[in-house]
Amino acid sequence: MNEISTTRHSHLIDPTLHIWDWQIPVYLFLGGMVAGMMIISGYFLFKGRHTEKHCSCYYLPYVSIFLLSLGMFALFLDLEHKLFVWRLYTTFQITSAMSWGSWILILIYPILLVNILMNPPKMLTDKLPIISEWKKALLEKQLWIKNLGVVTMFFGAGIGLYTGVLLSSLGARPLWSSSILWLLFLVSGLSGAAAFVHVIAKDEYERVLLAKADNAFLIIELFVIMLFIVGLKTATQVQSSAADLLLTGSYAAEFWVFVIGLGIVIPLFIQLLAVNHKIHHTPLAPLMVIIGGLILRFIIVAAGQYSHWFALK
Amino acid sequence: MARYGMVIDTAKCVGCTDCVIACETENNVPEGFCRDWIKTEANGKFPTIELEIRSERCNHCTDAPCVSCCPTGASHFHDVGGVVLVTQDHCIGCKACIASCPYDARYVHPEGYVDKCTFCIHRVEDGLDPACVSVCPTHCMTFGDFDDPNSKVNKLLKSRRHHSLLPEAGTKPNIFYLI
Ligand code: SF4
Ligand code: SF4
Repeated sequence: MNEISTTRHSHLIDPTLHIWDWQIPVYLFLGGMVAGMMIISGYFLFKGRHTEKHCSCYYLPYVSIFLLSLGMFALFLDLEHKLFVWRLYTTFQITSAMSWGSWILILIYPILLVNILMNPPKMLTDKLPIISEWKKALLEKQLWIKNLGVVTMFFGAGIGLYTGVLLSSLGARPLWSSSILWLLFLVSGLSGAAAFVHVIAKDEYERVLLAKADNAFLIIELFVIMLFIVGLKTATQVQSSAADLLLTGSYAAEFWVFVIGLGIVIPLFIQLLAVNHKIHHTPLAPLMVIIGGLILRFIIVAAGQYSHWFALK
Repeated sequence: MARYGMVIDTAKCVGCTDCVIACETENNVPEGFCRDWIKTEANGKFPTIELEIRSERCNHCTDAPCVSCCPTGASHFHDVGGVVLVTQDHCIGCKACIASCPYDARYVHPEGYVDKCTFCIHRVEDGLDPACVSVCPTHCMTFGDFDDPNSKVNKLLKSRRHHSLLPEAGTKPNIFYLI
């Protein structure tokens, strides 16, 4: 037998770690969605689709700025020493994923603002006519737009993988000690964003394309989840038992039902029927994908905190 | 460069929690939190059960993940003895350091910054032992410099079998337990 008792009773630390509540999963989810949207709109820019009136590259930067700000606000709400938040920007700590993330997030804003320049709000152009001139200058330069697309995709991928690296850099939590958590969050962000565009796109071509892309992302996501689990199961004993939290343990019901079942497999099935013209497209499947992505972040954050090096001692 | 640490004799520790009370008093630890604590671990099969009582705290790790993950530099190595400290007004309370510590040695102080054992550096710099070490009735704890080959802590490690906590976590802890 092995039995451990402790006199420690620190609030939020004992009996199991629970320092991060809803704010962090929401932040990670919104960060993933923004990443996906930036990749999608960057791709359309690269492909020169901005010549289409209803191209999603015109409105996705607006949605992204809004969601990014919402995510950063959620992160701010989580900080315990809020008045000192500016300290993030008086230093750059090269070994800290969070420091990298804070600076990347600051760089994302100007990139999204340049994207918005292609379709600035009328209110702004009325007040500042020079913006219309900038817009004209930008739209005339094919190469600039292509480059803007590449930069947008690049930084989108950066923020998407950052949301995973943030957790996996904290090696003390066995569930997060995976080198492909970043890929899982990136693909999940892409599938959520594709689902979102699929629902709201006015352009028929984009709607169908994004439904097909979403199906591909969901299949890849299933595969990445499998690799994530296999990776943990074949690693150390603490990591293996961390994987069991999802497979058979305290988080298994939520994981199988909401993430795998309702979040991936069923919407994938519905969307496969839709793209093969067996049924009409329905907003239900994309909605399930988006909610599944949110629940995935909640489960990974909660189960990760629960997983522990001492679990087997 | 000094490397401060502790050697704790588990054969002497009786788990009286004097060290815990001394720390709370010396460092004004808020109610509901612990900078140090007693862990009792029973191992084996009846009738050959081994019991180890340990006074635990931050291990002031040499490869401290709490320092490397901190986005503001609030968690840092002190110039004296490599002690791991938190600068209160640099800490934003993001709690990454708490999540990165395999020993769960940190907590959020009610005032918002992250707090933990400091090896009573304010006492050590005055030439005193940390409060926990100085009050222990069984004298089971020894504080010293591992970089000094003639220090008492190094001599103790040479004289007895010992272990550290979770060496497999790779943080190079600086507290050792004599068996
Ligand atoms: S025990 Fe934890 S808090 Fe202390 S130095 Fe090591 S990792 Fe950091
Ligand atoms: S909570 Fe404070 S000490 Fe810990 S990582 Fe964040 S800023 Fe650094």
